[in-house]
Amino acid sequence: MATKVHMEALSPTMEEGRLVKWTKREGEAVKTGDTLAEVETDKAVMELVARADGQLIKVMVAEGTTVPVGNVVAYIGAPGEKVDGDAAPAPAAPKPSAVGPQPPVAPTPASPAPVAALADATRVKASPLAKRIAKDTGVDLARLQGSGPGGRVVKRDLEGAPAASVARAAVPAPVIARSGAAYDDVPLTQIRKTIAKRLAASLGPIPHFFLTTEVDMERAAEARDALNKQLGDQGKVSFNDIVIKAVATALTKHRACNAWFQEDHIRYWNEVHIGMAVAVEDGLITPVIRDADRKSLTEIGTEARELAQRARNRRLKPEEYTGASFSVSNLGMFDIDQFTAVINPPEAGIVAVGSIVAKPVAEGSQVVVRRRLRLTMSCDHRVIDGATGAQFLKTLKQMLENPLAMLL
Amino acid sequence: MANTFDVVILGGGPAGYVAAIRAAQLGMTVAVVEREKLGGVCVNIGCIPTKALLHSAYIANLLKESKDFGIEVGSVKTDYGVAMKRSRRVSEQNSKGVEFLMKKHKVTVVKGSGVLQPGKKVKVGGDVYEAKKAVVIATGSRVKGIPQIGLEINKTTVISSDEALLMERIPASLAIVGAGAVGMEFADIFNAFGVKVTLIEALPRILPLEDAEASDAVGKSYRKRGIEVIAGAKVTKATPAKDKVTLDVEAGGEKKSIAVDAVLMAAGRAVNTENIGLAECGIQVTDRGFIKVDKTLQTSAAGYYAIGDVAGPPMLAHKGSREGMFVAEVLAGQKPHAIKYDNVPSVTYCHPEVASIGLSEDQCKERKLDYVAGKFPFSANGRARGTGETEGFVKILRDKKYGEILGAHIVGGHASEIIHELAVARENEYTVEEIELAIHAHPTMSEAVAEAALDSLGRVIHT
Repeated sequence: MATKVHMEALSPTMEEGRLVKWTKREGEAVKTGDTLAEVETDKAVMELVARADGQLIKVMVAEGTTVPVGNVVAYIGAPGEKVDGDAAPAPAAPKPSAVGPQPPVAPTPASPAPVAALADATRVKASPLAKRIAKDTGVDLARLQGSGPGGRVVKRDLEGAPAASVARAAVPAPVIARSGAAYDDVPLTQIRKTIAKRLAASLGPIPHFFLTTEVDMERAAEARDALNKQLGDQGKVSFNDIVIKAVATALTKHRACNAWFQEDHIRYWNEVHIGMAVAVEDGLITPVIRDADRKSLTEIGTEARELAQRARNRRLKPEEYTGASFSVSNLGMFDIDQFTAVINPPEAGIVAVGSIVAKPVAEGSQVVVRRRLRLTMSCDHRVIDGATGAQFLKTLKQMLENPLAMLL
Repeated sequence: MANTFDVVILGGGPAGYVAAIRAAQLGMTVAVVEREKLGGVCVNIGCIPTKALLHSAYIANLLKESKDFGIEVGSVKTDYGVAMKRSRRVSEQNSKGVEFLMKKHKVTVVKGSGVLQPGKKVKVGGDVYEAKKAVVIATGSRVKGIPQIGLEINKTTVISSDEALLMERIPASLAIVGAGAVGMEFADIFNAFGVKVTLIEALPRILPLEDAEASDAVGKSYRKRGIEVIAGAKVTKATPAKDKVTLDVEAGGEKKSIAVDAVLMAAGRAVNTENIGLAECGIQVTDRGFIKVDKTLQTSAAGYYAIGDVAGPPMLAHKGSREGMFVAEVLAGQKPHAIKYDNVPSVTYCHPEVASIGLSEDQCKERKLDYVAGKFPFSANGRARGTGETEGFVKILRDKKYGEILGAHIVGGHASEIIHELAVARENEYTVEEIELAIHAHPTMSEAVAEAALDSLGRVIHT
């Protein structure tokens, strides 16, 4: 008799799973433990494995379908065996194709959940011994290519390389030294692999468009000076803090931009969580300032600095860098006037912040020198249309040009 | 083309037959050439029948002490012939089992002596078997004598394990030359069957490859049972006569002459590399006579691989089997997990059993490692007291700084089974702390492992 393959609870909180991809086809032989399909849970893309030997005689669920835990998704049995009549396909599943061995394929392309990919970046597989040695010597296990089973970092991967040189092995020197080899081949670290995978999944499939505006920062600068004077040694407000606060406040007025694209639906967030791109050695990560619209400038400032510091030390917990509803990327400190940032899916937008530059501008018929800031918003056109994005950006510009507007 | 296979394996022992099964699992067509019985030395004249005989010995010894347990059986009579016949049936079953596995996996078994030929071919009698992917050499090893001092195996008074395993009647006295695993196990068996056993080892202690404390513990147990143990002894001359052998032995500056009914040679094994066409195929051997192999177990001739005893030490069935799986996966284009030759468990099934993995304490000292030894005696273990198996101990050598398990040594009942916790730990680089953190059932012999780990951390509970 054929064995039913159920959608399993692959994480403790999982209630349903989206069948991303069948890795076995109808008619293919399977053994216990073989991966049958990739399933996206609430947390990650996981593998659904066979619990019986035989042939995958029938696939009940199309790729892309979301199935409640416990529902039958396929049958394993002897070749030619008929499956039970009482097992109706999962409600959302189209009828399996009877013509060929190919399981039905949903038209939408499957993309892994962002949480899963980010989890990859920080969950380092390493033996207990390797972890101890790394802790003691300060080697960052995430930078190492593990040579153990499944890429697990083992003792020998840490051997013969003191902490500093191990770190260098994966990170190219910041400047070119014209001696020795013409080039260095540096293996991809886990975080670099994840960045590659995720950003390719962004600029490729996501239809980006870009909107740029120039903001007069004179009043914001004045307000910042006044605030910092008042705060004295109780803290400092940076332009970045002001931009994050302004973006968060502007989003509360433009919910259409505070959204996630979710394959078959758009999730509009009622909370504003701002992802803040932070450059770390060998990559970047976006810690999240939660409920940024409700936080004061000093709260945002303190939190931003603390998160950035821990991001650089790789001490962020997964919940601290996942779940942003919108992101801000700032390269102003590198004297970049303007740039476009790549959207961090499933978010639908990101604002790229350039440097504040004093420049001549026309004010009426007079040329005056003003501190100006160029903001570029990248939008996912599947969620945000041109006008929608432009309206948001206009609000943002107004808020920065008239900081008191943030209080409205 | 009926004689063409993906893989042709020369030798159907634990290395060869496992390679055959794994290769078949991976979709390859396989032929195994075997001149004797499937299963090789291990199944037919090695691991398996000796374990059967050792259990007979165990029962004999147990019955001698059964009165303490409230069971009286009168005088215990032993019959080696009966025990031997039972061991043959066990071997026969296992060999049949291998035969069945070959059928199940559609492996072609060719009976006969194979000779390698260039072009990935093996000649058996008048037939030639051609391999598309590779020829795998798994011809194993055999017992060797020491003809230089007059100890050439003559199968009557100077015998090897091959003869010892098939004897109907046993000699009244027996000298065993070599106190490695084989010598130790036969000493145990024959002692239990009433033979006066003299165990002679050239190196300074019996079980020379084991930790010194293990050698001492077993040595004591053997002497208590009446086995004469002479270590650091050199046999200078042997004079075999029709029904006895005289051995001239030098030990500790003293010379003595030992007269015994028979001598059992257990001083090493020689690999079966003669007359199999190695040179003709350009396959090189090492100074010690093993076939030279690279990291993928390929020999110096492309398309020829070597596994098991012929591929180098340790000459153990489980090492050969692992190489068999490894080579099949290499041939299937996979990148199998590298074999950790420093993590092959070593077991001697004498009583008490001796099992070890990794470095001995002396090796730690030689390598100037910063280590801590943790030890727990079975005399302090509740389960061991209950079964009366209080001999022996668990000893764990850990790296002082990181807790890496450098070596582990167990002497005692079921040591052969208990060692695997430490094999798994070492394979996965668990430290003594992971061992200790795993809850061990009470009361079990295995608790001694956790206690030894704790002892190495200075936190032992039960001593």
